[in-house]
Amino acid sequence: MGRDRVIQIGFVGVASSSILVVGLIFLFLFKEAAPFAKHPGLAALLDNQWIPVSFQKERFGILPLAAGTVLVTSIAMLVSVPLSALAAVYIAEVAQPLEREILKPFIEILASIPSVVLGFFGLVVLAPLIKQFFGLNTGLNALTGGLLLALMAIPTIVSVSEDAINSVPATYRNGSMALGASRMQTIWRVVVPAALPGILGAVMLGTGRVIGETMAVLMVTGNAALITANPLSPVRTMTASIAAEMGEVPFGSIHYQALFWVGIVLLLITFGLNFVARRISVRYGMMR
Amino acid sequence: MKYRGLILGVLATAILAGLTGCGNNTGDKQQAAGSGQTRYLTIKGSDTMVHLVSEWAEAFMQKVPTADLSVTGGGSGTGIAALINNTTDVCAASRSIKEKEIALAAEKNIHPTEFKVAMDGIALVVNPANPISQLTVEQVKKIFTGTVNNWKQVGGPDQPILVLSRESSSGTFVFFQEHVLDKQDYSPNARSLPGTSAMIQNIATDAWTIGYVGLGYAQQAADKVKTLAIAPAPDQPAIAPSVATINSGEYVIARPLFLYTGGEPAGLTKEFLDFALSGPGQEIVRQAGYVPLQ
Repeated sequence: MGRDRVIQIGFVGVASSSILVVGLIFLFLFKEAAPFAKHPGLAALLDNQWIPVSFQKERFGILPLAAGTVLVTSIAMLVSVPLSALAAVYIAEVAQPLEREILKPFIEILASIPSVVLGFFGLVVLAPLIKQFFGLNTGLNALTGGLLLALMAIPTIVSVSEDAINSVPATYRNGSMALGASRMQTIWRVVVPAALPGILGAVMLGTGRVIGETMAVLMVTGNAALITANPLSPVRTMTASIAAEMGEVPFGSIHYQALFWVGIVLLLITFGLNFVARRISVRYGMMR
Repeated sequence: MKYRGLILGVLATAILAGLTGCGNNTGDKQQAAGSGQTRYLTIKGSDTMVHLVSEWAEAFMQKVPTADLSVTGGGSGTGIAALINNTTDVCAASRSIKEKEIALAAEKNIHPTEFKVAMDGIALVVNPANPISQLTVEQVKKIFTGTVNNWKQVGGPDQPILVLSRESSSGTFVFFQEHVLDKQDYSPNARSLPGTSAMIQNIATDAWTIGYVGLGYAQQAADKVKTLAIAPAPDQPAIAPSVATINSGEYVIARPLFLYTGGEPAGLTKEFLDFALSGPGQEIVRQAGYVPLQ
């Protein structure tokens, strides 16, 4: 085995360390969560209530938490996807160089705001606004959480979509123009469809960011574990439950194991999303 | 052939990670074997009291540099068990020791001695705009379990009650559930907040909310929230929480906090207890959000 071979193995090792980490995370999650399957059994996770601390009967249904995550994520995506896609098209295709110089850094700054800071902003500014606008008694609900998360998803979606639009070859635009299409026709009928898989990938990335977000939703969603589709009712997301309860839960207890199951479900959801995003890219020949 | 490199690589990183992971453990056990006269004291018990006891321990170690105190939580029951098994010098407990536990300790020739060191009072707080200024314990229970959900039902205006609770990891959550809700579950509609400051912030901004916080915090935020007076029973007068009414037992949503020793305290244990009960010790109680003894 020559020196080249050793160095090669070294590099492959470094590159594949993330595979190892993902494998270990899965292993560890299952190891901690496993005893739950024996007692009280996995069926307990299908309960429709999450009451982990009770003198009556402890209940560990993941359903209300999953419903919370789905509701908050849907609101965030409904708001952020149209805004970000339009913003990306504008920045990439329409904006003057000067505008681009100003817009891009500011959108990137939005991405770098720590989520606790955004959460605090949500608690002190956004929640009272929502409360007033809808005439509610409190602004701690799924809508506030969703809007806050939309703010976090926008920079991701804009940057990645913009890259996708920029990577559409200039020959497409030139060809379209040469056939007599106007600028807008070129943008909407040629450039955007060509960049669509990239934009979809961006949306998936944004969704992943939103689902995994913890601190901001913990602060503004009210954290009541209800199964509801009403954006004005409080919800408890999976991430918020783990963050709020893991700190004080007795080590190795059923509650502790249940939180690990929540983690596993969360991981499976994000895995699924990534998988779908890859399939879309492969299908439209966007894999780089 | 292509995959062999990959597999070898993964193995190589695994071994590397394993090596670096093991490297750290050796240095830990070295004790601060300073002057040779360092005296150790362990305190174990109530999670509610961990913050308070740690503050005491830090102040005490500054005063007595030769003392080395270690504070751990785990719950009152865990602490008492440790006292009985003689694995801790002092036990912090947010409940009194049970007869059964005293008997168990006596078998091992340990005689737990109780010291009341502070009181933990829970104040019910509402927005200052709320006309309600007093409730009975029964009404509080009904509000937090969800059987009463409109202020009209407790003599207020026709507005829905927004119940704010703490996360289940909070000691206050469990105390409130056990003593005020009679071990019933909280209403599923109760919004839970990650901290006392978030609780105060929301009650200060939202008109028809109700929540609970340690008395110390309610007093600090007296300009933002209104503290309710609580009547033990409908035919009894409502009592506002204060250091005086909590110490006299008139205000009922409160509990004593104890330190237990395995016999008459002596040496460092006695010094620490004396410090906890001294003026500066009780000032720390007040700063930690609990109620000092008079």
